Amino acid sequence: MTTTTRPALPSLATVTRARVRAELLSFFRERDAVVFVLLFPVILLVVFGAVFGGQEEVAPGVPFMQYFVAGMIAAGLLSASFQNLAIQIPIERDTGYLKRLSGTPMPKSAYFIGKVVLVGFVAVIQTVLLLAIGVLLYGVTLPADGERWLTFGWVALLGITSCTLVGVAFSSVPQNGKSAPAIVSPIAILLQFISGVFFVFSELPTWMQTLAAIFPLKWMTQGMRSVFLPDAAQAAEPAGGWEHGRIALVLAVWCVVGLVLCLLTFRWRTRSDG
Amino acid sequence: MDLDAIGRWSRHAGVPGMLVGMTGPDSAVRVRNLTKRYGDHQAVAGVDLDIHHGEIFALIGPNGAGKTTCVEILEGYRHRDGGEVEVLGIDPARADAHWKARIGIVLQSTKDFAELTPTEALATFAAYYPSPRPVDEVLELVGLTDKRKTRADQLSGGQRRRLDVALGILGNPELLFLDEPTTGFDPDARRQFWGLIEDLSGLGTTILLTTHYMEEAERLADRVGVIAAGRVVAVDTPTMLGGRGAAEAVVSWRGPSGPEHTATDAPTKVVRELAETFGGEVPELAVSRPTLEDVYLQMIGAAQ
Repeated sequence: MTTTTRPALPSLATVTRARVRAELLSFFRERDAVVFVLLFPVILLVVFGAVFGGQEEVAPGVPFMQYFVAGMIAAGLLSASFQNLAIQIPIERDTGYLKRLSGTPMPKSAYFIGKVVLVGFVAVIQTVLLLAIGVLLYGVTLPADGERWLTFGWVALLGITSCTLVGVAFSSVPQNGKSAPAIVSPIAILLQFISGVFFVFSELPTWMQTLAAIFPLKWMTQGMRSVFLPDAAQAAEPAGGWEHGRIALVLAVWCVVGLVLCLLTFRWRTRSDG
Repeated sequence: MDLDAIGRWSRHAGVPGMLVGMTGPDSAVRVRNLTKRYGDHQAVAGVDLDIHHGEIFALIGPNGAGKTTCVEILEGYRHRDGGEVEVLGIDPARADAHWKARIGIVLQSTKDFAELTPTEALATFAAYYPSPRPVDEVLELVGLTDKRKTRADQLSGGQRRRLDVALGILGNPELLFLDEPTTGFDPDARRQFWGLIEDLSGLGTTILLTTHYMEEAERLADRVGVIAAGRVVAVDTPTMLGGRGAAEAVVSWRGPSGPEHTATDAPTKVVRELAETFGGEVPELAVSRPTLEDVYLQMIGAAQ
């Protein structure tokens, strides 16, 4: 029977803690996710390092591995956020998990905060692994001054925020959970090829550079190069500089676009479920 | 309870000042002239329904009759085109988290939570509710205590379904929706499940059940609603549905020249006469009435 005094709903903090626990448990128990989202960039670093890990320079004073680690960290952030969510959320929608959640009193924000914490957690582990392997195996040098680490911080934060929002928005694209990896992974791989991860960006055809400049990854790799490459290497950039202002602007625009798309398109049920 | 709500209820009931009755505050669910259309298909074509607090109500009907659409409108998942709906006194289309905390939903077959154990899944969901049942108590109630540390993707179909029910009752709901809960169960698992539903009902939970199994409706439901072509064509107790209670009984036995039977309003009298005729045991004696399935099929046939 209805009573006027009902027990208060749990606080957002309580629910969010439960969501974070569920996200982390599910992620680290799912081998596919751990291998493809978390470890794949690390594996690529080792493979490329083994093949191209000599001391040949891509620019004066810039060994290939120094360049590659900067790009791979950016690609790792893309993997931890965009690939992770754009694959995982369609599966959660398909299995009925999202529908089940939306039938509970759980605040919807707790779900998204849980995803953000998961992305952050994976990104940190992955970045630490990439840096550690780069430094220990391939002689990558870390920036010494605080200013560069500050740049690292905001580029990583803006990059991961934009890719998280775009990943959540993109989760409405695959028709079902099974097709999600087949749609999302090629996009990520293609972006890596044209955004200066596997190839030196300035050596790519101009049209490819122009295409890449539409998407966040190109700006994330550029930002990471400004952290890990000497300032002299700016001359080799197509724009002749690190373009910090433009990096921040493009990534911020993607954050807004991603957020608007999320708000307009996010569904708790599958399309066939009406 | 606020007086406005009482006023609203009594207005709906059409009897000013009448507080208790079929459509009064006793109704956990109250539906009037509910409609829902998908394209040019009228899935729900004017459903009226009242479910009382504390009862088990079974909604039965063929596939595509509008059962799930109806129930999902009540659960707040779908928006209706027209009509009035109140679930626990609130319109599900405008429901908030407080309302969701008072209902429990068990959807048709799901396959989520593959990586979590029942204990983990329940502990997570318990954090969403204001006054959840203790996790161990819920595991015990649904009979998953032995499997509490087994990953969900390692559970059998029946165990998996019991986890769904566990999640549905975890928040201590006043009203529980069960959408085809035993589809795919073996007979033994189904009987165990019925026991669980009866236990829950005994604890005071109102239950709205949809099912394809007449045996299930007959065993569990206080009242049964038959839905066909988007309309509720009959609501009654399982024993009275479709005039079942008043229907003639059929007495059958084996006579000297083979099986015989007779339809009668007074089966006891017929049996007594047979006993005298045979001077003791009547071979293969049986007294039967139309089953729920018989009257159901008749109604569905008439509605189409």
